[in-house]
Amino acid sequence: METNELNVSMTNGQAVLQEAKVLVENLDFWYGTNHVLKDVSLDIRANKVTAFIGPSGCGKSTLLRCLNRMNELIPGTRLEGRVLIDGRDIYRNADPVMVRRRIGMVFQKPNPFPKTISENVIWGARVNGYKGKENDLVEKCLRKAALWDEVKDRLNAQAYSLSGGQQQRLCIARTLAVAPDVVLMDEPASALDPIATAKLEETILQLKERYTIIIVTHNMQQAGRISDRTAFFYMGELVETDATDQLFTRPAQKRTEDYITGRFG
Amino acid sequence: MVVSRHVSKRSLAGAPGGGDLSVNVFRSPKERVVEYALGLCALISVLTTLGIAAVLVFESLNFFAEVSIVDFLTETRWTPQFTEKHFGIWPLLSGTLLITVIAAIVALPIGLMSAIFIAEYAPSRIRKVLKPGLELLAGIPTVVYGYFALTFVTPLLQTFIPGLNIYNALSAGIVVGVMIIPMVSSLSEDAIRAVPRSLAEGAYALGATRIEVVLRVMVPGAISGIVASFILALSRAVGETMIVTLAAGAMPNLTANPMESVQTMTAFIVNVSLGDTPQGTVEFYSLFAVGLVLFLMTLSMNFLANLIIRKYRERY
Repeated sequence: METNELNVSMTNGQAVLQEAKVLVENLDFWYGTNHVLKDVSLDIRANKVTAFIGPSGCGKSTLLRCLNRMNELIPGTRLEGRVLIDGRDIYRNADPVMVRRRIGMVFQKPNPFPKTISENVIWGARVNGYKGKENDLVEKCLRKAALWDEVKDRLNAQAYSLSGGQQQRLCIARTLAVAPDVVLMDEPASALDPIATAKLEETILQLKERYTIIIVTHNMQQAGRISDRTAFFYMGELVETDATDQLFTRPAQKRTEDYITGRFG
Repeated sequence: MVVSRHVSKRSLAGAPGGGDLSVNVFRSPKERVVEYALGLCALISVLTTLGIAAVLVFESLNFFAEVSIVDFLTETRWTPQFTEKHFGIWPLLSGTLLITVIAAIVALPIGLMSAIFIAEYAPSRIRKVLKPGLELLAGIPTVVYGYFALTFVTPLLQTFIPGLNIYNALSAGIVVGVMIIPMVSSLSEDAIRAVPRSLAEGAYALGATRIEVVLRVMVPGAISGIVASFILALSRAVGETMIVTLAAGAMPNLTANPMESVQTMTAFIVNVSLGDTPQGTVEFYSLFAVGLVLFLMTLSMNFLANLIIRKYRERY
C-alpha cells in the first residue's frame, strides 16, 4: 500500500514532500445508530493545506473532529479503524488531552473566552504548564496569526471587543500557543465577511510553512484558493482525494465532477 | 386564532388582495382586554408585597413608640415576655445568622458540586435520576424537615457530641442547609448550562482536562448565576421558620456557639403568634418590628442577588 511507504519515508527525519503527517485507516464512525463515516482511509501530508469538501451532512466535519478526538465529548458515539499522527495511533494507548495538545482546532464560529486578548492567547499554554515568558509567547502567536499589528496596543482589551475576523484569528493564535503541529479548521470563515475571509486565508497560507493544516469548507473557491490537496466526501464516504488543481480540473469520479460543477449540493 | 380570522375576513371584504391598513388589529378591544387582565394579575403580587410592607412599617411604628430604636439596635437581651422587658434584636439576629451560616456551610459546597456534576460529568442516565431526586428534596414540607431534625439528626449528633442540647443550632442549621441544596444546585446548574458549549469545546480543543474546563471556563462563565443562587438560597434560609421552631429552641441567646439553643427571628414570631399575647401590647407590636427586620434582610439579599447577576455577568 502507498500509505505504508509513506510511513517508511518519514523515518529519514526530513520534511519530505510526500510525508504522511496524519493517516486515517478504515475509519468508521457512528452517532448512535447513524453511520456517518464509512470506511474512510486518507493520508494528510505535512506542511500542506488539505481541504475537506462535500455537501452538508457528508461527514467532513465529523472526520475532522475524529482527528483530535473531539467527537468523544458527545455521548453515544462509536469509532472503528485507526488514526495515526506521525505513525502513532491516537486512539489506542493515547490520552485525548495529549492528542489535543498536538492537534489544535479552530471552530466554525469564533469562540474566544470572555477574557482579555492576551489572556485568551495564553490560556491553553498555561493549562498545559507553559513556564516561559508569557508576553513573548503572546506576541509570537499573535504575529503568526497576523493579528499582532491590529491589537498590540490593546492586549488587555476584552476579546469580544474585536471584530469577528479578528476574533477568529485570535482563536488561531490561541491554538498556536499550545504548539501543535497539526491545526484543524472547521469552516473557519463561514461566519466572516469577504474581507475578513481574505485576511484569514492569507493567514492560513502563511501558517502552512510550519503547520499541517486541515480545513473543512463549504466554499469551493476557498478550497481552490488555499488548499494543496482536496478530499471530496459524499454521504459518509471519501469519494476522491487528489491535488486540488487536479481534483477541480480533472476529477476522476463522476460524483466529484457533479458536485464541483454545481449539479448538486 | 379567532381574532386573526375575524380581522382578515373583514379586511379582505374591504379591499381584496391588500387589506385595509386602517383596520385596528393591534389595539382591538379583545387585545386590550387580554392586556389589562394580564396586567392586573401582575399587579396583584406587587400590591400584596406593598401591602405587607406597609402593615409592617405602620405596626412597627407602634412598637417604636414605646421602645426606642436605639435600645432595639443596641441592647443584647430579648425578653419581651419577662416582667423586666428588654427589646434588643441582637439575640434573635444572631440566632438567625448562626442558622444561616451553618446552612451555608452545608448547602453551598454540596449544591455547587452537585450542579457541576449534573451539568458536566453525569452521563444522561444518571442525570435523569439525579435531577428529579434533588428537586424532590425541595418538595418536602418544611415541618417534616423540622421533626427530622429533632428526632433524627439531633440524636445522631448527640452520639458524636455528648451533652449536646436537645434544641441546638447545629442540627437545625444542617437540616436548613439540606433543604436549600436543591435551590443552589438547580439554579447553579442552569447557570453552568447557559455557558455556551462552544467555550467548553474551545477549551477542550486546547488540551484542557475536564476539571480545567469546569474550573476555568464553566464556573467563571456562570459565576453571576452561581452567586445569585447562593444569595437566594441563603435568603430562603434566613426566612425558614418550621425547622428552626421545632429544632433550634425558643431561647433568645446571643451566641455563636452552634451547640447551644437559639431562637431565630422567625421562630420568635411563631411563638408569639401562637401564644396568648394580647393585641395592643408592646410584645404584640414587637412581632412587626422583628418581621420588618426580617423583611428588610431578605429584600436586601434579593436586591444584592439581582445586582450581582447584572454586574458580573460575563458576556459571550
